[in-house]
Amino acid sequence: MNPSFKIDGVTVPFEAGQSIMEAALAAKIYIPHLCHNPEFHPHGSCRLCCVTADGRSVAACTTPALDGMEVANETHEITTQRRLLLKLLFVEGNHVCPACEKSGACQLQAVAYHCGMLAPEFVHFYPRRAVDASHPETIIDFNRCILCELCVRASREYDKKGVFSIGGRGIQAHLMINSASGKLGDSHFSAADKAARVCPVGAILPKHRGYEVPIGKRLYDQESISQVGDVAAHQERDHGE
Amino acid sequence: MVEDKPKQILQNMLNDRESDPTHLLQTLIEVQQAFRYIPHDAIDRLAESLGLGRAFILGVIEFYSFLHLEPRGEYDILLSDNATDQMQGSRLLAELLARQLDVGIGGTRGDYRVSLGYTSCTGMGDQGPAALVNGRAVTRLTSERIDRMVSLIEQAIPLDQWPAELFAVTAGVVRRDIILNSDYSAGAAIRRGLEHGPEALLDLLEQSGLRGCGGAGFSTGKKWRFCAGAEAAEHYVVCNADEGEPGTFKDRYLLQAHADRLFEGMTLCAAVIGARRGFLYLRGEYRYLLETLHKTLQQRRERNLLGHSILGRAGFDFDIEIHLGAGAYICGEESALIESLEGKRGIPRNRPPFPVIQGYRGMPTVVNNVETLANAAMIAQHGPAWFRSVGTAQSPGTKLLSISGDCERPGIYEFPFGTPIGEILAACQAHHTQAVQIGGAAGRLIPPTEFGRTLAFEDLATGGSFMVFNQGRELLKAIDNFTRFFSHESCGFCTPCRVGTAMLVRQLGKVMVGHATTKDLDELATLGTLMRQTSHCGLGLTAANPVLDGLEKFPGIFQARLCSTSFEPSFDLDASLQEARALTGRTDPGAHLEGGGV
Repeated sequence: MNPSFKIDGVTVPFEAGQSIMEAALAAKIYIPHLCHNPEFHPHGSCRLCCVTADGRSVAACTTPALDGMEVANETHEITTQRRLLLKLLFVEGNHVCPACEKSGACQLQAVAYHCGMLAPEFVHFYPRRAVDASHPETIIDFNRCILCELCVRASREYDKKGVFSIGGRGIQAHLMINSASGKLGDSHFSAADKAARVCPVGAILPKHRGYEVPIGKRLYDQESISQVGDVAAHQERDHGE
Repeated sequence: MVEDKPKQILQNMLNDRESDPTHLLQTLIEVQQAFRYIPHDAIDRLAESLGLGRAFILGVIEFYSFLHLEPRGEYDILLSDNATDQMQGSRLLAELLARQLDVGIGGTRGDYRVSLGYTSCTGMGDQGPAALVNGRAVTRLTSERIDRMVSLIEQAIPLDQWPAELFAVTAGVVRRDIILNSDYSAGAAIRRGLEHGPEALLDLLEQSGLRGCGGAGFSTGKKWRFCAGAEAAEHYVVCNADEGEPGTFKDRYLLQAHADRLFEGMTLCAAVIGARRGFLYLRGEYRYLLETLHKTLQQRRERNLLGHSILGRAGFDFDIEIHLGAGAYICGEESALIESLEGKRGIPRNRPPFPVIQGYRGMPTVVNNVETLANAAMIAQHGPAWFRSVGTAQSPGTKLLSISGDCERPGIYEFPFGTPIGEILAACQAHHTQAVQIGGAAGRLIPPTEFGRTLAFEDLATGGSFMVFNQGRELLKAIDNFTRFFSHESCGFCTPCRVGTAMLVRQLGKVMVGHATTKDLDELATLGTLMRQTSHCGLGLTAANPVLDGLEKFPGIFQARLCSTSFEPSFDLDASLQEARALTGRTDPGAHLEGGGV
């Protein structure tokens, strides 16, 4: 018999070596996440996918599934915890959903709705962050970066360019661009890069295009993220077409 | 711009090394020492010779507190800013220094003669207030010593011509037990290991019940056994001498007085796991120990206790390199330490795989604390029964404590596990004690009602820090200090720690200035609990301990600072939602304001 474990009482089969997240995705069970993308090495930094496995709080994306394990995912406690984590992400950045081109197709916004976050709770930091518009095809708005490092991983592992890195430490941690000037326009980045299609939020956006899909008709306007999954997968599909 | 001469120095520095990216951090530390900053030319050259991106190198520089992109003064003064330093008057001394040298705290003087700033605990809690001048430890600061330093700096006297007494670090052992009282014979443990073989040695270690002395308490025998059992081309042994936990300095003492034991323990471990290379990861604050440590290593090589065919055993080749840290507390976490050894930012890795399976360069690696390795050597020499003769069943042996704060006799104490806190307080002659912080900033805050509790992994575990606060102290200041410390030291990788530590600082600041209400205290508790539940590593999991322990055990110190403890809103917000709840038929906890709400 194949090994299996339970997520909120539902039996989930898995293959040896699979993480809780991988097994859940295969079984079409949604575990909220931001830094996870099945195409890349699991990261474990956003902590949104924290579940309890046999009573222990672990990140589903980095924890191997074990036979007979009991995982709690969408309980009141864990959803409250996720709502708090999401609020923290809103506190540290400058996320102005109504004015954001990614609104409606933003994973942060969609997960926040999924977890029932309807209003801010804490005083926001309002950091001063510049926008990098130096590249002819792509713009980077650091205000919206949530440090998921998906672009870092995509550029390093897939594009083999290493365009992005992380600098600073603690609350000063920030996305950096590998070029003499530190600007995207001077780097080897291209809008055709994988790194251009993995951002779960509106930090990396194509230039010269805006509101092609009207608000109200966008990915998460139609259906919940728990049904349609990551925006990156949709961006990848659109790119293929 | 780098002038020609420094350019040459840099070129020589790079020529001395293979083009191996794992050398990045050690090279940056040397560049910082030579130029007092990392010039942009150096970054370009390093990028080229090590095959790394500029942004990657900048990311490493920005990660470590002791690396700078802007030139520091010829005299770079960093005052240790632990709670105990502050209790000894360090903040006033910093202001005195700033005034006399005409430099802002956190700034560099216009003529680049001097920089002044604060740094996390430098490990001199028993002889503070302490500072680092160009990385060298200065102890027992007083206004007289400050005057002398100012005069030396204004006269531009080179640091190596400063009076030695300024740099004197005393051993200060107050209490000895079996470890410090027993004789040690260099090579005895290794000989025993070679005679009986790795299996017997692992059995012996497991029988002794030795547990990791860094605080986590994992079985040392098991750790070595896992590593030995992992098939790989190379195995490594790493000594964690990144003693960064505020208030800890017992490893400083061991490194200073008993480095040979530690190296013996590392070599013993190498014999068991089959390592050919070992590393001592020494926190940058302890670089003053480098010379004696290198000397000890050299002596051991001369006595055939390191190098080729150790003690005549053909094929047993092992040697130890010293790597320096550069001001990052997180590198005390074993997987972050390995990242740092590999020259990178010290971000804790995901586990599994554990370092014993995939550690340094992806190879099985044992990372042990200084005290653990020294104890392992002593256990191999004296046997497990000797070690088990003191301590408790679950925590055999003894623990070195670094006692500081409000007591008459601060210093190093060796106590058997199982010793009650009250007895330790009596031994160090602490009077009118309000609280003890055991295990450093990441540890626990203990009120007098709990002084009957004991020093043990099964009760109060500690890496060695023991800070005493008497009734005259404002405990909230210490809690604020520890909370700021974590915010400064958070690596920034995971959401709860990166944002949570910064939010705790703000929120606690609101309490400190008397603007907080009970709702703010609830928010502190909510944030702290979130961090404890969801953080990626031990730093984030424990960073809220001071706040949470304070709220639980000393609620009065918070209440006293609230802007109005008697304030009651004119209506009860939650009760006023009752009508809405009734109309919508909601009874779930999310429909209440307590516990997160929406």
